[in-house]
Amino acid sequence: MAELEVIPENPVEQFLRMERIPHIWCAGCGIGTSVNCFARALIESKVDLDKVAIVSGIGCTGRVAGYLKLDSFHTTHGRAIPFATGLKLANPKLKVIVYSGDGDLFAIGGNHFIHAARRNLDLVIICVNNLIYAMTGGQVAPTTPISALSSTTPYGCYEPPFNLPQLAEAAGATYVARWTTFHVRQLARSMKEALNKEGFSFIEIISPCPTLYQRRNRMGDGLDAMKFYKQRSKIRNGAPTSEVAFDINSDIIVGKFVDRTRPTLLGTMHHQLRERLGEKYACVEEVACH
Amino acid sequence: MTADPKGVLTGIHFLDGDFACAEGCLAAGARFAAGYPITPSTEVVERFAQRIPLVGGTFIQMEDELAASIAIQGAVWAGAKAFTVTSGPGFSLMMEHIGYAAMTETPCVFVNVQRGGPSTGLPTLPAQADMMQARWGSHGDYEIIALSPSSPQECFDLTIRAFNLSEQYRTPVLLMMDECVGHMTEKVVIPPAEEIEIYPRRLTNKPPEAFQPYETDGDLVPEMVHAGMGYRFHITGLTHDERGYPAMSPVAQDKLIRRITAKIRNAAERISMREEEGIDGAEVVVVSYGITARVAQRSIELARRKGVRVGKLRLLTVWPFPDWRVREIAKQVKAFVVPELNMGQIAREVERASCGAARTVPVPHAGGTVHRPEQILEAILEAAK
Repeated sequence: MAELEVIPENPVEQFLRMERIPHIWCAGCGIGTSVNCFARALIESKVDLDKVAIVSGIGCTGRVAGYLKLDSFHTTHGRAIPFATGLKLANPKLKVIVYSGDGDLFAIGGNHFIHAARRNLDLVIICVNNLIYAMTGGQVAPTTPISALSSTTPYGCYEPPFNLPQLAEAAGATYVARWTTFHVRQLARSMKEALNKEGFSFIEIISPCPTLYQRRNRMGDGLDAMKFYKQRSKIRNGAPTSEVAFDINSDIIVGKFVDRTRPTLLGTMHHQLRERLGEKYACVEEVACH
Repeated sequence: MTADPKGVLTGIHFLDGDFACAEGCLAAGARFAAGYPITPSTEVVERFAQRIPLVGGTFIQMEDELAASIAIQGAVWAGAKAFTVTSGPGFSLMMEHIGYAAMTETPCVFVNVQRGGPSTGLPTLPAQADMMQARWGSHGDYEIIALSPSSPQECFDLTIRAFNLSEQYRTPVLLMMDECVGHMTEKVVIPPAEEIEIYPRRLTNKPPEAFQPYETDGDLVPEMVHAGMGYRFHITGLTHDERGYPAMSPVAQDKLIRRITAKIRNAAERISMREEEGIDGAEVVVVSYGITARVAQRSIELARRKGVRVGKLRLLTVWPFPDWRVREIAKQVKAFVVPELNMGQIAREVERASCGAARTVPVPHAGGTVHRPEQILEAILEAAK
């Protein structure tokens, strides 16, 4: 009798709440691909998983926190970053990752993004950019390319989108990268670098929404998106972020654009308070609950 | 347990209500605050920002009130006791996160030093016009606890009480001050730390494999864990099951909403604090709270000199509203007189709770200053007829 073949466990399963699978994401959606990359980055970064907290806002990508077997917080629309700010400041030993979508982070939450980058609080911000509000049915987002169709721009979008890497760099991010979900190895490597870097890191992931963006814009399914990304993407590490904006007809410039050092919020806070208060400064590693 | 002495400034002080509130936060064990400047509440966080580096903890000024009101909740889940402070326009922005705290059962304190509204209104002048917003401001069904101090001493005492209630019932608690109480300077006695009772956070003793974030036993309040403790738990503002996972069904909604409302409703008599005086044998009872209770005190004395039997019911806990007590009193009196710095908010509650057994005479005031004692006196005399 032939022995049963033992199927090895998928190495990312340990990071997932398997009892919640199947997930809600559509066939061809890129969010799952990004989560797979994130799980691999967690393994390789060797961070203590009990000290990792993940915070999401609302939307399709907002559901990521709910599938990851980590301390995970599904917050309110646009407010993942300020929630993460409180979490990190009260317990600086935590590695805090904000994982959310383009509408959540850059429309309703845009102000929080620029302020967190300015402060250079030690956070990793992962933005899955599917160019649309997907959870609510495909409305225009601040990332939708000019002339693209959405349910609220039925004749084509006429607002220019944000260039997210440029916005992040200008606001103060110390690490800025962009990949598509075609670039899984590069994306996982960037995530690992961000996890091991101090300061405010930002990774944009251009990701397909076959159901609401591609279908309406006649761009095919998930596989067509991979072909499109492969064909249109140009890797330009170190490219000036002012040159990486993309529109519906241009190349998609991907790569690691910014990797620099700035004093972090916690570092400058301790320094300033020690300078002014000397011995009287009651510096605490962790804000305890009394 | 009792207070951590590091945060307790034991002694006799001359403080305004805002500063007394900040000292109450420190005495209660708050080691994190996030705020956004807004008159007339800013002094609370100014004091906290000055004191907290000496005590051990963090203050951060956020980019707006939306951010402040959720940053404190991140801090709570990281292990801190935390609060934010605001006034009218900022209170409006914080509504969503009062709902988030109610839904996720995050213990935290929101302080509202009330000023005239609506909109920008009267930034530097008093009102009590956010009382219904305090009760109902966030969308959906939830119960809330709201306290109303009448003096700087009570700003200190009730702030500690607010933190203790938030931990006991795992709910946001609102401290509804007003500009007068916030800016009035009086004697404040801060007792020794060992005389200050602190309700500790309800942390679980269960191991991770046996713990579910929203499992409860008899008392309807689940136990907590903090991020970084190794539990790998999930929290969401979506309707959720005991595991904390989203559960999109009428059954899950019914179970959750009934529990989070029942945990406060069932405890209403224990939560309620009132000052009652001269109610037995009274013809008229004045129901008041906050700064207005102090004006009403004068009116009650004037009415008694004129021979009217007037009782006093001062609400230190406004929400949950003491329906049962108002209903009892209504059977014995002719009328309630309800002065407040709004166009009649708590008066509606008094009328509702008295079930027609006694008349309710509102004494509305649009705010900007307090009532004149004569205004309330007139209403008492009218009510006693």
